[in-house]
Amino acid sequence: MFTSQLSTKHLLGIKYITKEDIELIFKTAMDFKDVINRPIKKVPSLRDVTVANVFFENSTRTRISFELAERRLSADVVNFAASSSSVSKGETLLDTVNNILAMKVDMIVMRHPAPGAHHYLAKHIDANIINAGDGTHEHPTQALLDAFSIQEKIGGIKNKNIVIVGDILHSRVALSNIYCLKKLGANVMVCGPSTLIPKHIKSLGVEVSHNINEALNWCDVANVLRIQLERQDIKYIPSIREYSQYFGINKELLSNLKKDIVIMHPGPINRGVEMTSDVADSGQSIILQQVENGVAIRMAVLFLLAGKKA
Amino acid sequence: MDKGKVIIGSERMNLTLLRLCHQLIENHPNLQDLCIIGIQERGVLLAQKLVDLLHTELKSRQFQYGKLDITFYRDDFRKRDVSIKASKTELDFSIEDKNVVLIDDVLYTGRTVHAAMSALLDYGRPQKIEMLCMVDRRFNRHFPIKADYIGLSIDSLDDAYVKVRWKDHEGADEVRLYSGKTS
Repeated sequence: MFTSQLSTKHLLGIKYITKEDIELIFKTAMDFKDVINRPIKKVPSLRDVTVANVFFENSTRTRISFELAERRLSADVVNFAASSSSVSKGETLLDTVNNILAMKVDMIVMRHPAPGAHHYLAKHIDANIINAGDGTHEHPTQALLDAFSIQEKIGGIKNKNIVIVGDILHSRVALSNIYCLKKLGANVMVCGPSTLIPKHIKSLGVEVSHNINEALNWCDVANVLRIQLERQDIKYIPSIREYSQYFGINKELLSNLKKDIVIMHPGPINRGVEMTSDVADSGQSIILQQVENGVAIRMAVLFLLAGKKA
Repeated sequence: MDKGKVIIGSERMNLTLLRLCHQLIENHPNLQDLCIIGIQERGVLLAQKLVDLLHTELKSRQFQYGKLDITFYRDDFRKRDVSIKASKTELDFSIEDKNVVLIDDVLYTGRTVHAAMSALLDYGRPQKIEMLCMVDRRFNRHFPIKADYIGLSIDSLDDAYVKVRWKDHEGADEVRLYSGKTS
């Protein structure tokens, strides 16, 4: 039985929503998937809503995906990038956002480099806030679309074995994925070099492996993360080449497994590092379905939050 | 709690359904162009009854039958206290240049039908849209919308509530009028 309303008026992270919330978002996203596959991909649900996309960090696909979702719901959209704004002149986060809100904005989609920036904002403003990534903390819509894509591909999440491969330490996608998959009853493993796995990760109820072959043999789905070259300020790995030799996924590795597994990647891919091109473009990969589902999931989140009275 | 007053009983309900069915046949000699579309969720229950009857009467399945969900087209979804839940739209045929009959159980303010027409036009340009309802609350309209096929017209107060009940869902084929809001 589905609930018909979210338990929260913001989406700050997967940690703060319930399993029922996730199921409601999935059910609504399925309806929106029908909408975006029609000749006319637009519905008038949010025609009285203005959404600001406030990005203090670079983003291409998440911002485009949110913007498409907003426009397909008929919302008015304003885009704000920190690099071209008064933030570079020393304005505080709260002042920036309050200025945007003074222009009668109803919802804020924000990406910010500081973990918890959204929580701070939620305490001070009335608009609905959607976290589009906060530092190394959470990226809830990515986790929702990943889990939704897994469910669509293999028919369910409960009791399925899912491994997250790569830079777990710096990844907000990994943390949100762990929360989301655990709430839906999956068995989760993380796999990567020990320098890129947080020390207390097991307290989240996940298994840890440092052997890619063992991890891939265990799993039904491998969600492969990008090595964040921009966050390698100290050397976590000796070299990219060594990482790809030990943890890179290639066709030979996949064909030696006992069964066919599903390959995912949140993008952008470093081809030849996390996985080879023939893996990324193979029939086992659902990378492009993830992107398509991203719009439907974001439409569902925007629609459900807009229906919550502020 | 108000048990309501039966305004259409089981026997009359069957006669009414049969009459509506015959009116549809009379007005749509060209069945290939007819699309019966039930509005989710209660309209679909009535549409299904009519479609079954049409199949029996005509011994033909040449017309199209679909279901339309209007959740994303409602103009009141952010104003309601109770949240609304989306259902499935099932229109696996083209409505281009077809004669569409929209079906809902009760025609009240006209907002649902207005939303349904907006939703429908996103799927194509029908030749004509008609409206069929079991109960028409004729003096409560907010929009200039009228039904073409009506089971029963009633005059009711704004705070009254009309429910069309079905044997396979609520235990009886009947229409009840309640004096106040009911669950």
